[in-house]
Amino acid sequence: MNKLYNKYEKEIQGILARYPAEGKRSAVMPLLFLAQRETGYVPTEALSDIAEITGISETDVASIMGFYTLFHAEPAGRYRIQICTDLPCALRGSESYLEQICEKLGVREGETTADGLFTIEAVKCLAACHRAPMFQLQGDGEIKYYEDQNVEITMQIVEEIRRKVTAEQEA
Amino acid sequence: MEKYILLRHRDVPGIDDLKVYKANDGFVAFEKALKDMQPADVTLEVKNSRLRGRGGAGFPTGIKWGFLPNNSWPHYVVANADESEPGTFKDREIMERNPFQFLEGLMIASYAVQANQAYVYLRGEFWQLAAFLDEKIKDLEAAGFLGEKILGTDYSLKINTHLGAGAYICGEETALLESLEGKMGQPRLRPPFPAAVGLYGKPTLINNVETLTNVPMILQKGADWYRSLGTEQSPGVKIFSLSGCVKKPGNYELPLGVTYQELIFEHGGGIVNDNKVKAVMSAGASSDVVVADDFCLQTPLAYETCMERIKAPLGSASVIVLDETVDIAWLVSKTVNFFKHESCGKCTPCREGTFWMDSLTKHMMANESSSEDIDLLRSVALQMQGKCLCALGEFSTMAVVTAVDRFRADFETHVRS
Repeated sequence: MNKLYNKYEKEIQGILARYPAEGKRSAVMPLLFLAQRETGYVPTEALSDIAEITGISETDVASIMGFYTLFHAEPAGRYRIQICTDLPCALRGSESYLEQICEKLGVREGETTADGLFTIEAVKCLAACHRAPMFQLQGDGEIKYYEDQNVEITMQIVEEIRRKVTAEQEA
Repeated sequence: MEKYILLRHRDVPGIDDLKVYKANDGFVAFEKALKDMQPADVTLEVKNSRLRGRGGAGFPTGIKWGFLPNNSWPHYVVANADESEPGTFKDREIMERNPFQFLEGLMIASYAVQANQAYVYLRGEFWQLAAFLDEKIKDLEAAGFLGEKILGTDYSLKINTHLGAGAYICGEETALLESLEGKMGQPRLRPPFPAAVGLYGKPTLINNVETLTNVPMILQKGADWYRSLGTEQSPGVKIFSLSGCVKKPGNYELPLGVTYQELIFEHGGGIVNDNKVKAVMSAGASSDVVVADDFCLQTPLAYETCMERIKAPLGSASVIVLDETVDIAWLVSKTVNFFKHESCGKCTPCREGTFWMDSLTKHMMANESSSEDIDLLRSVALQMQGKCLCALGEFSTMAVVTAVDRFRADFETHVRS
């Protein structure tokens, strides 16, 4: 059918099977997640692939991608460190935590580290208010929570990921 | 003696394993419903329990179940697991730790309205949790609790999870349906309500995770037992998500009617650094800011008493505690910025109103405002009230108006001299 479909045929069949025939476009969000799994953003050519699979227009797919914050149209760091700075987290120091993490990584909020690995983002509530400061790590097609953080713990996590990536590259 | 009804994992270790859940009365209620009860009897029992929706609106659950018409098929059931209100983190704990009780509630609700397909709509950030629930659903299929002709009856049910992708508005039930249908999450005009025209245009029941998790125990122990807990108009237990300036933030499952005083000082361990409590919000960012005087602290946290005494809805019971060090003008700049970010853009009062409130509070935080700007902020909020398509716009104004009225001095400190 198209590139995205051919690449993930079995998985896409599984996604489509979750919805009734008349609700095929329900697959558009699962397919957007699929399209950005490898690169961390949705490549432009995937939009028409998703449109073809779900039977809606490419414009519709693009507007859905733009509406939701977890879909990304542009490349960024391989991992997005998304720190909640909403009210309950801010009451537990997440704003200064964000500043310190940025300082340690030598970037401003929204920017990517020189090694291209980490983009730091301030985000809205992640339903972890009692374990602030916290962040979620979006990358490699996954979203993981890291709670009860401080700068030291987070920097250890960052260094661990750096080591893992270096080991991958050497192998 | 077991202490918990919803957070049962705190009593029963390993209850997220199907064997352990079954050994602790798991699926007794579902089996009873399927084999011994007509769907309408199940709905009647829930109606009699007077359980009210735990997502925030407090609508009677059994009555909602009874709204689905029997002349339009198929029916769908959707569990609202979009938990995104700042200050709310209860549904996540239920699903992560006591998943089968939630799923059993969803299965009983599906049987009651004779739906053969149910969805769990989770916020996209709950990516790990969705994979976890998928595993639990597979366990249930393998054990014969889900699938075709369940437990030898004629009833069949399939459950699928569906991930959102980062949009607070999708907790609003019609926006959730739009999103589940693969569209932008923008609320629908009502009527028709989802009970009549919902998912794919079919009658649809939408319940919050915590609401559904109450259901197995209600069926197993009876409506009378459930009504013996809590208050007369707010029966049962509630999970209070306690956050902000308290020593022990977390989820506390308590009978409805517990006071702020008990929640904050006995369960929450009091205020950090033993500071003085200044204000409370009971429904996350979607709250009035209430002065935490003795009268407020003695208020029983139940749907009716919160409205009667402090004129603020209980909502999702996500209690954010503010101490004397918190600048309430800063707080408003945070809540307003949240709603500006999350406004879906469909209706003008909300899209424009949240934009202007955000702009005004940003200038205040930069000490670039005049005293008239405080009145302007309040006036923008008042002009939005009653004019927005869904509750989001209304919610965005609640903290603004009450904070300006009750904590004006905090705003005045930001006015340029």
